[in-house]
Amino acid sequence: MGLTLKQINKIVEGEHHLADINLTLASGSRNVLLGRTLAGKTSLLRILAGLDRPTTGAIHENDRDITGISVRKRSVAMVYQQFINYPSFNVYKNIASPLLVAGQDKEEVNQRVMDTAKLLHLDPMLDRMPSELSGGQQQRVAIARALVKDADLLLLDEPLVNLDYKLREELLEELQAIFEKRDSVVVYTTTEPSEALKLGGNIIVMDEGKVLQTGTTSEVYRNPATVKTAELFSDPPINMLEGEIRSGRVMIGDQLDIERSGLFSSLDEGQYLFGIRPNHLYLNRQADGDARINSTVKISEINGSETFIHFEYGGCQMVLQEVGVDTRRIDSALTCYVNPEKFFVYSSQGDLLISPNGFSA
Amino acid sequence: MKKWQDNRGWLFILPVFLIVAFSAVVPLMTVVNYSIQDIFGPGQRVFVGTEWFREVLTDERLHEALWRQLLFSGLVLLIEMPLGIAIALMMPDKKGFGASICLVVLALPLLIPWNVIGTIWIIFTRPDIGLMGATINTLGLTFDHTANGLHAWITLMLMEVWHWTPLVALLAYAGLQSIPPAYYQAAKIDGASSWAVFRYIQLPKMRGVLTIALLLRFMDSFLIYAEPFVLTGGGPGNTTTFLSIYLVKIAVGQFDLGPAGAFSLIYFLIVLLFCYLFYQALQNVGKGEQA
Repeated sequence: MGLTLKQINKIVEGEHHLADINLTLASGSRNVLLGRTLAGKTSLLRILAGLDRPTTGAIHENDRDITGISVRKRSVAMVYQQFINYPSFNVYKNIASPLLVAGQDKEEVNQRVMDTAKLLHLDPMLDRMPSELSGGQQQRVAIARALVKDADLLLLDEPLVNLDYKLREELLEELQAIFEKRDSVVVYTTTEPSEALKLGGNIIVMDEGKVLQTGTTSEVYRNPATVKTAELFSDPPINMLEGEIRSGRVMIGDQLDIERSGLFSSLDEGQYLFGIRPNHLYLNRQADGDARINSTVKISEINGSETFIHFEYGGCQMVLQEVGVDTRRIDSALTCYVNPEKFFVYSSQGDLLISPNGFSA
Repeated sequence: MKKWQDNRGWLFILPVFLIVAFSAVVPLMTVVNYSIQDIFGPGQRVFVGTEWFREVLTDERLHEALWRQLLFSGLVLLIEMPLGIAIALMMPDKKGFGASICLVVLALPLLIPWNVIGTIWIIFTRPDIGLMGATINTLGLTFDHTANGLHAWITLMLMEVWHWTPLVALLAYAGLQSIPPAYYQAAKIDGASSWAVFRYIQLPKMRGVLTIALLLRFMDSFLIYAEPFVLTGGGPGNTTTFLSIYLVKIAVGQFDLGPAGAFSLIYFLIVLLFCYLFYQALQNVGKGEQA
């Protein structure tokens, strides 16, 4: 089943929760909805599920208009942020509940519950009550309940946000494998770029109720079409610096003064925005063409096996991402290097002009 | 130094000890003291052992009062619990003006002093000028709670239900409002019926508050005094002489402090026993449903 959304608007009490959404979700596709909180992700999911009706616009399933059809008549399954299970049912009955409601044959129900439980490693705890499970296991039960239905549309609303890091990684990997084997349309919302990158498939970047960019996840990551998309789809946030191309030089801030060559040769003179991903700032010189920035450390934080060093340059808060653990004192001197070939260049209106990955407007 | 610091901790709980001692332990021990002695006056007392307990336990009128009390509490719980839950289910959602109005209206009976409640209902049910009493009498039916035991019971039950169902409703409403909306969406997507939503989502999720409501309502109705005292004074005859009214008759009316002390202790133990049973029963029903 393929879904097409045409000019979807959702207005609640005069506020635009969703504005002019046009999307096509192909059969069997994996779609990640990326956006900050209140970007409209959940509103869109609710409309996809049929829980809410759009104020204007239509949803088509293949060529059939299904905008007004109630949830009960649709083939939808959904997983939520909170761990939603029936509190008085044990794990087995919880997983079986959507099938039992649909009045399916006992034998078949049993078979499918067992298969799904096995898939999510719940088979040793089928007799337990939800309150006797850990958070990760409770969410596994909720995911199993959604999968067991074999619905045409599988919606997951930030399903891993309430789990700790380790469990998140583990479940994400399993989910990836599970989605791979299904031919239902999967829509997965998240606020985290890293989650989107791991899931792959297609991405829909949303902000303030609008779709900013769609495409395959890797393509959008490599060439974010606007400054906004680049900022949303980067963690830690991408460094955006204002700069100028004038008389054969590229000048960004008080220290970066680079010869106008290579990437920049096609650009006219004028004001631009230069984006540098934190992992493209280095503590050691990598190549001869690297430019140098001197500054002082504002904060240095260690995140797992990576170090984020925050500093100020050109009036902007910058972040450098370094593999490995590196302890730095606050206010100590910092020298870092950047390869001009890795710059994203945006027009002052925020549109992508040049990316280090071959894009050129 | 370390030892001193450790001991100093006791000072912090001393106030609680003192308050509990004066509010609970000392009065209770006084009652125990009365229940095993025959006291004629200051300094004149005789130890009587379990005599008062035996006397009280074989008192026919007390047995009657106990059954009356159990019937009353049982009926009150049977009516108020389902009715309170039903009201909570019908109330509008938290957002909006309707809910606020409902909450205020529901809370009104709870704000009235208990003896005033009795007075209100005396006037309300008066056959000559009372809104309810006069209305029923103009319909051709005779209604007089001062002469007819059944009518007295009906009046008391109505009063009790009117007075206390809002408490159950408010607690149940609070329980309902704490259920995340995602539960209802999930049920909707599953295609669950509204009965299933009530039985498998709302009821289990309300179990905690309903346990509290049940215990509070049982204790209050089992200890009821002010309302029947004002409305019927235990009559007509003994038809509304509940345990507490009978107890006060023995203690204050006849000044039999010994039997009254023994009676009080037995009364206390009965309430404690029932609360324990209710609590255990509800814990067992909802085993593993906390999440």
